Amino acid sequence: MARSLDFFGGLKLTLRHLVRPTVTNSYPAVKRPKQPRQHGRHVLNRYEDGMEKCIGCELCAGVCPVDCIFVRGLDNPPDHPVSPGERYGYVYEINYLRCIHCDLCVEACPTQAITESKLFEFSFTNRADAIYTKAELLVDDEGNPQRLPWEDWREGEAEMTGGWMRAASPNGAADFEGVVQWSGDLGYGVRAPEGGQSGARDDEATGTKSIRRAFARHLEPEDVPLDQRGLPGLVSRARSTLARRRTKAEP
Amino acid sequence: MSWASVDPLYAHGLNLAVWVILVVRLVVAFAVLLNAVILMIWFERKAISDMQSRIGPQRWGPFGLLQTLADGIKLIFKEDLVPAEADRTVFKLAPYLVVIPAFITFAIVPLGGTMRIAGHTVELQAANPPMGILIMLAMSGISVYGVMLAGWSSGSKYPLLSSVRASAQMISYEAALGLTVVTIVLATGSLSTHDIVAAQAQGVWHWNVLRLGVIPFVVFIIAITAELNRPPFDVVEAESELVGGFHTEYSSFRFAIFFLAEYMNTITMSAVIVTLFFGGPAGWVPPVSHLRWVFPIAWFLVKTVAFAFCYVWFRASLPRFRYDQLMDLGWKRLIPLSLGWMIVVAGFLINRAWGFAMAAVVLLAWTVLSRAFELGQGRERGAHAVLPTVGERPLPGEVLRSRTDEEER
Repeated sequence: MARSLDFFGGLKLTLRHLVRPTVTNSYPAVKRPKQPRQHGRHVLNRYEDGMEKCIGCELCAGVCPVDCIFVRGLDNPPDHPVSPGERYGYVYEINYLRCIHCDLCVEACPTQAITESKLFEFSFTNRADAIYTKAELLVDDEGNPQRLPWEDWREGEAEMTGGWMRAASPNGAADFEGVVQWSGDLGYGVRAPEGGQSGARDDEATGTKSIRRAFARHLEPEDVPLDQRGLPGLVSRARSTLARRRTKAEP
Repeated sequence: MSWASVDPLYAHGLNLAVWVILVVRLVVAFAVLLNAVILMIWFERKAISDMQSRIGPQRWGPFGLLQTLADGIKLIFKEDLVPAEADRTVFKLAPYLVVIPAFITFAIVPLGGTMRIAGHTVELQAANPPMGILIMLAMSGISVYGVMLAGWSSGSKYPLLSSVRASAQMISYEAALGLTVVTIVLATGSLSTHDIVAAQAQGVWHWNVLRLGVIPFVVFIIAITAELNRPPFDVVEAESELVGGFHTEYSSFRFAIFFLAEYMNTITMSAVIVTLFFGGPAGWVPPVSHLRWVFPIAWFLVKTVAFAFCYVWFRASLPRFRYDQLMDLGWKRLIPLSLGWMIVVAGFLINRAWGFAMAAVVLLAWTVLSRAFELGQGRERGAHAVLPTVGERPLPGEVLRSRTDEEER
């Protein structure tokens, strides 16, 4: 008998969901905040003095699992060098019809020349547009990625490029977490390290949130993180909203 | 029988004013139903998306209200295909066999009380024929033909399977439906929907849902959901099994008509439930001197929307019945239940002694019947049984666990 009345449970569940806030949002108008380590469209970085970081070593092209990167290096002209050192990336092309945004190129790069912004919402009307050359990939004179007409840039997507790289030291050892092992970027200087995998993460500064926390209001009561349950949860949520509003109003 | 007993509108004979009122009343009923369909589709999509934590339509008009209109316009401008193997005449006829009964059923529903217009008493009901509620049963019978012929004439196998299911399902649930209607007619002593509503007008305790016990209402709402082919009884349109069901081969305007009919039926049947069990437009009317006729309409609307919500709620919550479960529920549970309840109600209508005697008889019959079902099911599950019923057989995980347990031992 109890089993045959189970469907009342289903009816109750849908009623409960009726009054909960929605999980989805009206997408093109409203977008979810992106994670700091989101893999998006690549950028080619420059040093703080404006020199290009790429040295044309082709390691990115070698490691690329889908062969979407094409690089050719050339000796630096002695009178006006493009990059510090011997060679520079003369041709740099990424075919975005093939790229899977795995970020292996970012890991392979010895000079942190190639990193990824958080932009993934771009589309093309022809194949030629899908091949980004150095002219499109290189950051501009302020150190920001170029915004092409078919790209939907939103606030914050151009900052924190290469968040993944800054998450831990290049060799992945946790001892080096928070230790800067990268060069400065044009316009931004030496970028701050991100809280990594250990307990010493600085979520406030980087905006990282675990999925369970981000969706706390949509979970079953027993799955909600302890500090977000009930009245204390209400207070802490209100406090964090206030803090966010204040930081937004300040600049 | 004089004309005036059919409708108080004819009390002073047929003159021009009466004709105008008649036509206007029909057109208004028609327009109300069509607009209600647009709102119902919007309401269903919006409510279901809320239950699934989505946003739902929001692009066209405020809160996405015009989404249905946009969809309709899109459908009309699509190509109208008739499959090469189709029986062309029947194929084109079928949608109308579904949509016209839907309209006619709505005509007998009393939407409000009475109004005085230019000295004439007007019932807010498109038609009040003496056979009343029988029209609903007749029309749902005809709409079976629409669904059946649509599936058959498509010249395609999935629609054919769907139409076979549709005819079997709708016919078996019509029996339970008819028996509950008989209970109400017995208690009211009239077939006319106007009289059924009038008999419930005295207050909540006179509403059939309480007066006849809750059982007829429960049977009716289950049977009517099956009759509408709405979830959880939508085996006719089971997308996962039959592509799109009987209207797989339909496109453009003809498909729109099926869609329209489905939602018209949903609204109409919500209204019929309200009429039969919840007193129709009956409800509290505040002591005001003007616009008193608005309140019954408002009550009727509130009740109808509540049941429309129930259908949406069922759709969002309940998984689809398997075909044999559907037949089980119809023949072995609902029909005996509604028949037994009808006999008991009939007994109590004579006097108490008859009532208790009938209850005893029904209980006895119920015991015999359930024993018979048990025996029959035991025979079904004999040596050649394919699978025991769900709930009585172990789940795959449990089987696996028991096997590994044995191996470890």
